[in-house]
Amino acid sequence: MPGRAITITSGKGGVGKTTVTANLAVALALLGRHVTAVDTDIGLRNLDLVLGMESRIIYDIVDVVEGNCHLYQALIRDKRLPGLHLLPASQTHDKAVIAPEDMAAICQELKNDNDFVLIDCPAGIEQGFRNAVAGADEVVIVTTPEVASVRSADRIIGLIETIGKGPGKLVINRIKPAMVKRGDMLDTFDLIEFLAIDLLGVIPEDENILVSANKGIPLAYEADTRAGQAFHNIAHRLLGEEVPFMPILDQPKNLLTRLRRIFGRG
Amino acid sequence: MAQQATDNEQGSVSLSPLERPEPRVKIKGTRKGLSVTLGEGDWQELLNELDQRLGQGQAFFYDSQVNLQIGPRDMAQSEVEALIHMLAGHRIELASLQTTSRASGEAAQALGIRLALPEVTLAPSEPRAATEDWSEGVLLRRTLRSGQSIQESGHVLVIGDVNPGAEITAGGDVVVWGKLRGMVHAGALGNSAAIVCALELRPTQLRIGSYIATSPEETASTGTRPEVASVIDGQIVARPWSNRAGQ
Repeated sequence: MPGRAITITSGKGGVGKTTVTANLAVALALLGRHVTAVDTDIGLRNLDLVLGMESRIIYDIVDVVEGNCHLYQALIRDKRLPGLHLLPASQTHDKAVIAPEDMAAICQELKNDNDFVLIDCPAGIEQGFRNAVAGADEVVIVTTPEVASVRSADRIIGLIETIGKGPGKLVINRIKPAMVKRGDMLDTFDLIEFLAIDLLGVIPEDENILVSANKGIPLAYEADTRAGQAFHNIAHRLLGEEVPFMPILDQPKNLLTRLRRIFGRG
Repeated sequence: MAQQATDNEQGSVSLSPLERPEPRVKIKGTRKGLSVTLGEGDWQELLNELDQRLGQGQAFFYDSQVNLQIGPRDMAQSEVEALIHMLAGHRIELASLQTTSRASGEAAQALGIRLALPEVTLAPSEPRAATEDWSEGVLLRRTLRSGQSIQESGHVLVIGDVNPGAEITAGGDVVVWGKLRGMVHAGALGNSAAIVCALELRPTQLRIGSYIATSPEETASTGTRPEVASVIDGQIVARPWSNRAGQ
């Protein structure tokens, strides 16, 4: 049975697409699945860094498209997880060098040998985005709980719906429970109500993410961290299991907060 | 020549040679088969006339189904039977009866004849002239997301939300049956009498004709009641919805 191709996108840059792609790939591979992560951010690649595979890149996705090598030659296998592979992007070209049809063909081929093909989408809504969604069966939209990010997410969801790959599922990244409680950060419920798509997961802000990215060892290896746990929950949900959301969501809005909202801050 | 189904008028209008009195027996072809209308008058005479007319048509009517309309006429079961028999002679089946008479209805049902509902006839559809009452618009039944836009020369009605970053530009009025949080320009072709209505009116920017306004600074929604925005005394004003406010 062919695998599922999932594009992880956001619109806005810097909200955690690459982080989510890398950690989700590791989490699924730790559960025994065959996963290939694909970096489509040509010219600004970083999925390889986050997965700690930069030094082993010989061929990349542009080489595959241009016929310089076979697809399997460009795949880099993870040192710790034999079921995890990366198809890196090129750093020396830009996004105009591959077309949506090329991506669709690559995804189709990867789906034959993998349970999951996770496609890391670049920021923006132009060619890079169009390439990244071309081969997708499903789309995951990552957003942070701040206005600019949510606006971009809404735009992206609209675009995905227009091309028929909607509605997509939402991952809310970098949530700070203390700020939400104080009313300084957008509430998860408000976010979901505004974007009106199903919630796939909520990832709390965690310093360890930065550390792990610099080391090239995704946090999903450390399931005892809050963010690591969140990635594992998302992986389980992608596999169809029902996993309750972590307590950060269940914080009841206390009466004071609710009153503040009705009568305005002050 | 099309004839309208009107009641038989006992007028005192003298008939010029070109006019004919309203026929008491009308036979019409419809999508569902034949429609026969029997007006007022002596039952037997009507029956004979129908018989005769059907005989003239001969094979044209063979194996047709008929919906018979008799209006308020009371018919006895025997009369209905005679009718069925006569129709059968022309190889026509009485499929249904349309009547406002209870007696006739019961008689027909006793014989297994279905009762038909009165047909709805709409006035022949011609484009409505744009008068003060009626004008053209479009209806969209989904939420407009950021970056999506609608441009129409008439009115626009959205059943759904209009998210920030979405835009509606309409020559006419704009009605949002949902949260209006995007940008709206009503009366965009120069009509400052246009209005904007929404269940929740919180646009990033609102324009009517050549006037422009933004939502007041507010950090929390002050209750969500339907409002209508219009130009009053040279500026855009939003008022709670009432029938008067919308005029």
